[in-house]
Amino acid sequence: MSHTIDVAYVAELARLALTPEEKDTFQQQLETIVRYVEKIGELDLGGIEPTMHGQSVVNVFREDVVVPSVGRDCFLANAPERNDAEIRLPKIVEDA
Amino acid sequence: MVGAALTLGAAAEGLRKKTFSSVELTQSVLASIREKDSALNAYLSVDEVGALQQAAAADAARAAGRDGDLLGIPVAVKDLINVAGQPCSCASKMLAGYVAPYDATVSARLRAVGAVFAGRTNMDEFAMGSSTEGSAFKTTRNPCDLTRVPGGSSGGSAAAVAGGEAVAALGTDTGGSIRQPAAFCGCVGLKPSYGRVSRYGVTAYASSLDQVGPLTRTVEDAAVLLQALAGVDPRDGTTLDAPVPDYRASLRDGLKGMRIGLPREYYIDGTDPEVMACVRRTVDACAAAGAEIVEVSLPHTEYAIAAYYIVATAEASANLARFDGVRYGHRTAKPESVFDLYAQSRAEGFGTEVKRRIILGTYVLSSGYYDAYYGRAQKVRTLIRRDFAEAFSRCDVLFTPVAPTAAYRIGEACDDPLKMYLGDVFTVPANLAGLCGLSVPCGRTAAGLPVGLQILGPAFGECAVLRAGHSVETAVRMA
Repeated sequence: MSHTIDVAYVAELARLALTPEEKDTFQQQLETIVRYVEKIGELDLGGIEPTMHGQSVVNVFREDVVVPSVGRDCFLANAPERNDAEIRLPKIVEDA
Repeated sequence: MVGAALTLGAAAEGLRKKTFSSVELTQSVLASIREKDSALNAYLSVDEVGALQQAAAADAARAAGRDGDLLGIPVAVKDLINVAGQPCSCASKMLAGYVAPYDATVSARLRAVGAVFAGRTNMDEFAMGSSTEGSAFKTTRNPCDLTRVPGGSSGGSAAAVAGGEAVAALGTDTGGSIRQPAAFCGCVGLKPSYGRVSRYGVTAYASSLDQVGPLTRTVEDAAVLLQALAGVDPRDGTTLDAPVPDYRASLRDGLKGMRIGLPREYYIDGTDPEVMACVRRTVDACAAAGAEIVEVSLPHTEYAIAAYYIVATAEASANLARFDGVRYGHRTAKPESVFDLYAQSRAEGFGTEVKRRIILGTYVLSSGYYDAYYGRAQKVRTLIRRDFAEAFSRCDVLFTPVAPTAAYRIGEACDDPLKMYLGDVFTVPANLAGLCGLSVPCGRTAAGLPVGLQILGPAFGECAVLRAGHSVETAVRMA
């Protein structure tokens, strides 16, 4: 393996604004961590199936029936800004 | 006697015999919190009014003839498990002020059997950390030594139980977050097998690894709490529809004829000699009590931390993508664009360790790197699972240390994230393989710090693990 992490670029992908100090610190720390995790590159993994999670259940289906849900107000109560029945957002589209 | 220092078993007996009521028990727990928590900082919030109402309801139900092991018992809940109407912040500024709109399945199950919700316990932000120093709100202290960390990420739950501020508590374990704080604080912690307990309503860190489990004073208490939590949940498709055995009944069997495996790779230099000495003494005591000791090998152990930090951060980066400042959680004050709304809200809401893991997780999933990191790490999980399957063909349970050291000083490990990650070396393999694991106190260092023994069992092997743990408790008490 041996790849280099570009923290500034990856943070943009992650929609995460970083201060210049954070960029420097994370760049340094994550280079060390990436070098460490690349240890798994030593192994010959040909023919090995991946494990997705701790159990072997696949395709769990349920009947598609409507059940009572928590009311809308309960969820709206946690919105950063709201109208009566909607979440309010800052304007993001310019006027035509 | 009434009080928060009771075991769950003793509290239940007191309630049955009417030595005290649930209201009295709850009042005494609340009094302990008021008295001690300014030093320990185990709780983020305490619901005095709600808890006393629930306690009164439990007393009324008991007077009407109802009974149950958890009826009227106050429990503390880690701050990422939703309890309807209570705050749920994941110890993050991102969710400061968030109120749980509904009960997690584990909360609903505890409510159904009449448990009382005392409050929310502190944790590393979004469960990412091993010391609870990552909380955005307060630093929890180890009740055995206030200058030391309680471990993490369920550090508040462990400190509350060990410090006499809760009869029992719930935590979550993604890579050791129940077992390691239990070891550091000197209480019992059980990580159930993946799929044993529902994750519905529990804020996801790494979905393929997370499990909810009990932190308690005794192994029997852990068995009682697991009994209430375990079982299939239609709202969590990864829970398995396997029968839930009588966990307490399994405690009676003792160690005779039990095969205890010692994985060679867990008994290596680098672990604190005092920790190792406690573990070895316990193994000897178990051998004397009739257990058979078998040496086994888990050859891929050295790859577990690397695989874990790839899988866990990858899943975390996806799970935490939902925090965008739009529907709930922190929103930046004056965003200049959509990108800015997301990026600034996240920058202001998340703490350092969470940012670090989101970046690592985004990197290992990014275009061109997925196969090299996430894909390979999942294959390493298969090798680790096979190692355990092979080991469990030769023994019933494995005995290992929980962590390479006892509790360290607050601030001691903060500057070097990789060093902190390496401290999870003995606990992460169980999560990668979906096994169950129990942390039981097995002695103290010369400085008086608790040491934990880890007992690992195969997936859905909780009975064997609890049975061995109960015997260890007895052996340690007699030593």
